[in-house]
Amino acid sequence: MTINESAQGVVEEFWMFDDWMDKYAYLIELGKDLPVIDSQFKTNNHLISGCQSRVWLHAEEQEGQIVFTADSDAVITKGIVSLLIRILSNHTPQEILEADFSFLESIGLQEHLSPTRANGLASMIKQIQLYARAFQLKSNQL
Amino acid sequence: MAFPVNQLRNDFPILSTQVHGKPLVYFDNGATTQKPRQVINRLVEYYETENSNVHRGAHHLSNLATVSFEGARNFIAQYINALKTEEVIFTRGTTDSINLVSTCFQSFVHQGDEIIISEMEHHSNLVPWQQLCLSKKARLSVIPVLEDGTLDMETATQMLSPKVKMMAISHISNVLGTINPVKELIAKAHKYSIPVLIDGAQAIAHIPVDVRDLDCDFYAFSSHKAYGPMGAGVLYGKSVWLNKMPPYQFGGEMIDQVFLNETVFNRLPYKFEAGTPNVADVLGMETALHYLETIGIDKIQKYEDKLLKHATSLMLEVPGIKLIGTAKHKTAVLSFVVEGVHPYDLGTLLDQMGIAVRTGNHCAQPLVESLGINGTIRASFGLYNTISEVEYFVASLKKAIAMLL
Ligand SMILES: Cc1ncc(COP(=O)(O)O)c(C=O)c1O
Repeated sequence: MTINESAQGVVEEFWMFDDWMDKYAYLIELGKDLPVIDSQFKTNNHLISGCQSRVWLHAEEQEGQIVFTADSDAVITKGIVSLLIRILSNHTPQEILEADFSFLESIGLQEHLSPTRANGLASMIKQIQLYARAFQLKSNQL
Repeated sequence: MAFPVNQLRNDFPILSTQVHGKPLVYFDNGATTQKPRQVINRLVEYYETENSNVHRGAHHLSNLATVSFEGARNFIAQYINALKTEEVIFTRGTTDSINLVSTCFQSFVHQGDEIIISEMEHHSNLVPWQQLCLSKKARLSVIPVLEDGTLDMETATQMLSPKVKMMAISHISNVLGTINPVKELIAKAHKYSIPVLIDGAQAIAHIPVDVRDLDCDFYAFSSHKAYGPMGAGVLYGKSVWLNKMPPYQFGGEMIDQVFLNETVFNRLPYKFEAGTPNVADVLGMETALHYLETIGIDKIQKYEDKLLKHATSLMLEVPGIKLIGTAKHKTAVLSFVVEGVHPYDLGTLLDQMGIAVRTGNHCAQPLVESLGINGTIRASFGLYNTISEVEYFVASLKKAIAMLL
């Protein structure tokens, strides 16, 4: 599935709920279901700055694709990271760098989030893109 | 007579707004309070009929503005029972007031001296003293906070000595709600001639403040935490200290005469009011304090205490909740943590239900760290909050916890 297709899937899932309380309940479930990150990656090195809760993000390359794992001490935040990971994990650096993040607007997530959470979301996306760029540079050098 | 809360709520236009389609329940009064129509109208009235620079022109409007501005000073001096009107200095707020004193005290603090604060101070009453100590190689001594959220008075007493050049303590903690025994601390400090500054940010809207009864040397508060506009505040200082202190900022009304090589500074209170003051917001602050006086601060305190008691007893029934700050003498501040739940998640869900609370370290990072937690959720009540809001809050809290666990 392309990034666009899985993003579309997420948008449709969100449209199923009219009530924002239900959307949050869904995010919480996603957060609880997010596979736990290997504890060796829950270090300050993997912390994303700019979030009110702590978020750790780790990236690994597997056969040319990036696999993200993450964790947070706040479960809603974890749900949001989980969404991003579901959409962006298992794609090549090039695909991630070319990804169109406007699906976030379709979900209504950004406008509904508090400014601090929206900042946090922006930081997460930036970190994901940084990882993608780093892996791309590495593979170009090989 | 019952407290006329429903009637008072009508004075606050913002209280009838909706948040995420739910009626607003505003429980973040510790951060800032909402403004009654009387205060809002005062600002409009000033700009529509009186606006002019004070103490300057000989013209009609300038006289009008000056009379109003100095009238506000007079009223506020009486409100806090200052001995003299010129002991009331207008500032931008609590933080500004404290910085004024800590900056001027550079002249009085030297290497090897000490300054006492407490572990529960807001960053605004901590960092200015910490920085002063760092620049003067003086020592910052910190009164510990006990388990229930009260000051360790025994240790505090032992810390007093002639080496101490200032004691700066909050009247009420913004995280714990504890009303500190400042009168007792002041009396003890004065035995060593230590001046005492009281950070009254959380007190002014909730309990009677009488600076002469407390016998404090300085008292700082913000208008916006007492139903007044943002951007104005007060530094009360005993005139002996204010006269001894060097000026803080230079220019404007604080000057009496300027020669090219020297300047004669104006007398109190103008010595500490450089530049054009925030006239409108000072008048709004006067109106706000007048509003509180009309209702009666004793009645407000009693009513808010009723809200606190009711909320506390309901909260204690919720499994997993731990209240932070359980002092016997406290104001309507409820800080708590829930086992296994991040404060930020809870704050987000409560917001969805229309409830405004604060989450995080509340600008008191050393205190929150000493409690071994990563932040709290804080509900802080004001005179317009109701028992049914408290009940809706606790019910919403239970719902949110059930979703998160
Ligand atoms: C105890 C205490 N001190 C100082 C302040 C700072 O007040 P302001 O931001 O109005 O200067 C606050 C505000 O949160 C406070 O609660």
